[in-house]
Formats: sequence, C-alpha cells, structure tokens
Amino acid sequence: MNGRVVTVTSGKGGVGKTTTTANLGMALASMGNKVVCIDADIGLRNLDVVMGLENRIVYDLVDAVEGRCRVTQAMIRDKRYETLYLIPAAQTRDKNAVSPSDMIRLCDTLREEMDWIIIDSPAGIERGFRNALAPADEVLVITNPEVSAVRDADRIIGLVEAEEKGPVKLIINRINPAMVKRGDMISAEDVVELLAIHLIGIVPEDETVLVSTNHGQPVVMNEKSQAGYAFLNIAKRLNGEDVPWMELDEKNGFFNRLGKLISGGS
Amino acid sequence: MEIKGTKDGILVNLEDQDWLDAKGELIEQIASRQDFFQGAQLVLDVGNNVLRAKELGRLRDMLSEKGVALSAIISRSIVTRETAQLLGLKAKLIKPPEKPTKKMKPLDTVLAGEAAVMIHRTMRSGFKVAYQGHVVVLGDVNPGAEIVASGCVVVWGRLRGTVHAGAEGDESAVICALDLSPMQLRIASHVATAPQDNEKPQPEVASVKNDQIIAEPWQL
Repeated sequence: MNGRVVTVTSGKGGVGKTTTTANLGMALASMGNKVVCIDADIGLRNLDVVMGLENRIVYDLVDAVEGRCRVTQAMIRDKRYETLYLIPAAQTRDKNAVSPSDMIRLCDTLREEMDWIIIDSPAGIERGFRNALAPADEVLVITNPEVSAVRDADRIIGLVEAEEKGPVKLIINRINPAMVKRGDMISAEDVVELLAIHLIGIVPEDETVLVSTNHGQPVVMNEKSQAGYAFLNIAKRLNGEDVPWMELDEKNGFFNRLGKLISGGS
Repeated sequence: MEIKGTKDGILVNLEDQDWLDAKGELIEQIASRQDFFQGAQLVLDVGNNVLRAKELGRLRDMLSEKGVALSAIISRSIVTRETAQLLGLKAKLIKPPEKPTKKMKPLDTVLAGEAAVMIHRTMRSGFKVAYQGHVVVLGDVNPGAEIVASGCVVVWGRLRGTVHAGAEGDESAVICALDLSPMQLRIASHVATAPQDNEKPQPEVASVKNDQIIAEPWQL
C-alpha cells in the first residue's frame, strides 16, 4: 500500500485545523479507507479530545519517534471505525522533541500500512509547522473568511511553495452565507481570488460543530449537520470523486455560482 | 564573502572559507545591514564544506532569530545536500548560471540597460524583495508582501502590498500596476496610502508630482 500524507495547516490558530483533521479522518475511514491521524501539536495536544479518544492514550508521537514503543503501539484505534487510528501528541514535551526527518521516517513507515495519513499541524510557522510539513504529499490550508486568517493563509502558502511541497488546496471554514449576502463577511470568491489556489471545500458556520467537538464526536457523523456534510464532500474530493458544490442558500444560489467560478477558473 | 540579490532571494557565497569563520562573518554582515536582510530569503552557497544537520540547523535557527529565512543551500557535497533536504531546505548542486559569456554584438538600436529583476510568481504575505535597480513582477503582490527598489516597480497583476520605489532618493521613479490598490506606496521620501475606492480596476501609474504621490490612469 502507498498511503498519501496530507498536512492540515493554517498559520493562524483557532480556524479549525483540528476539527478538519478529525472530520476528514473519520469521513475517509467511513468510506472504507485505512486512516491514521497524527497530532503534531506537541505540548498542546487536543486532537485526541476532539476525537473522543483521550482516555485511551498510553504511548504518544514522541514515544514512537524516540523508540520507547513501536509505531503500532502509539496508534490508538477509534471506537467507531476499525480502520481509523490516532497518534496523539505528547503533552509533557515541546516541539523540539521531534524533527522534520523524524516525521518523514515515521510517515514512510505508516505509508506501507495506511491509505491516508492526516497530520494536524500546530499554528504558527516555527518548528512544529515544519515538522508537520516535512512529510506532506499534499497540503490543506484552512482559513476563515476574515482578513487576519486570510493574511496568515497567504503567508503559509508562500512558505509551502518555498519548500516545494504541494499541491496546496484551500478549505474556507465557518462561512456564513447570510452575512456574506448582507456584505458583512468576505465572500469565498474574494478569498479564492486573493489566495489563488485550488479550493477543495467550503464549510458553513454551524453550531453543531461546537456541540459535537465537546462530545468528542466529529460532526461528520451527524447526518443532519450542514458542516458535517461539507466535510464529507471534502473527503470525497480528496479521494478523487467529483462532488457537486452544495447549495447553502437556495434563494440566491451563492454556492452554485461559486462552484461554476471554480470549475471554470482552475 | 559575496552577497547579491537574485530572484530566489539573497545569494550569499561563502565559497571555500572555513565554515566557522564564514558563519561568524555572515552573522556580522546581517547584524550590520539589518534593513537589507530583514525578512529576506537567503540562499547559501557553501562550496565544498561538508555540513551535518546540527550545524546547518543551528545556523538556520540563528538566522531566523534575526528575521532571515534560510531557504536553499547550494553545495558540491552530497552529504550537505542531503542534510539540507532533511531540514526541508532546497538543495542545489549547480550554481545559478553566470551571465552569458558570449557577448552580443551591440546594434545601434540597443539601449543602454539598467539593472532589473523579474519576479515571475505571486508575492505572498511575508515575502520581501529588495533590489538595487528596477523590479518587475509578473503576478500579484498580496497584502503583507513588500518590494523595495532603487528604481521603478512594475506589477503586471494586482498590487495590494507595500512598495517603495526610488528607495535611494530617486524622485523620478514610478510605480505601475494593472490594479493599483496598495497597502502603502513610497517613492523616495514620500509616503502615501491608497484611498479606498471601489472603482473598476484599471492600470495606473503612481509618481511624484508637486511633492505628493499621485496615481493616474495609464495612458498610451
């Protein structure tokens, strides 16, 4: 097997990297893939909490890298999907405990067993980010429709391109169609125009995300959630499926127009 | 030690100096010319020096503390190139091509040239180019990106970052772009911020007139 390594990153904190990692991991596993999510945010781990696997941690990423356990021992099996695993970050160490070459070695081992390796990058552009980026075959940049998040995404894309990693794909998270319509929020079109990279998904602002995060149940498992549906679509697109853009505001057909713009533009 | 601006960033050639001496000299150079190096991408030619991850990693960290990003290593040593790759840096064996040695026969129509650099990419936030001469960008200059040129700046795209033309005092320098909506423009010692307009983008030229920076639609 030859798994693909996808790094989820954003530059700015709090835009939804961990939520995206957990949901994409779960969605890809639900489609029958073998998936491992890696929390690269050493010292500030929380992917385990979002996935509801906190109480099962015995070994972590640093243990695996430093050889205190086998890689398979650090892989926690998900309680819902048999083919989904998590490698949690260490909480008591810092980012310097792992180097980019450690991450490349680890991912090369995992590639043989897994279809997908999804790395949750820490915020920032320092060591932790470089660790997460080093093994990537593909990079997903998450941004919110706000000026500071877009600026940081732009910086991150520049850094990823400088390291010749890629392709880089964009996810716009927490968009509020009603606010965009009123002109109170930057539109997805404007974000895409500035960043000029391929858009792979738009996730609407949705209260169910917070509720499910707090319960350790990624929102993609909630069939009624629009955000969950959006994450499922992103997973399908990653998997190579051609999924139509979902319509979030039926009256003005905003996402329809955007879908056309993107399929025509890239 | 040779230092010059290239399209990939600032190229520093350590040649075959002893590594420790060269490193010290480089750090000194950066400390003494902070404005020039601040935010720069550095390409380092280490010649025949064999460097391990520890040495190269330490240098990278020292540089990043000074606001300089080590982006690529040029080396004749396989070990050094592998090290660079491990650290996620670009590694090149071959030196960038020198200027063609074959001299073109000058025709009467050939104008005396001035130094210019061409950047064929989108300049994203955090990317800075400083150049003694003109700067041409084929692509957008995004907010947070910065260009400093002693000559003129031409942007074949949207200019939304910060540009300083005529940085060494040339008031006749101009800045032009297909869509001129910069964060801030500077020409010589003049500074201007662009008014927020929602007009349809059109090619514009900014220049100094009556001690002010004025932007006007491009006219043939």
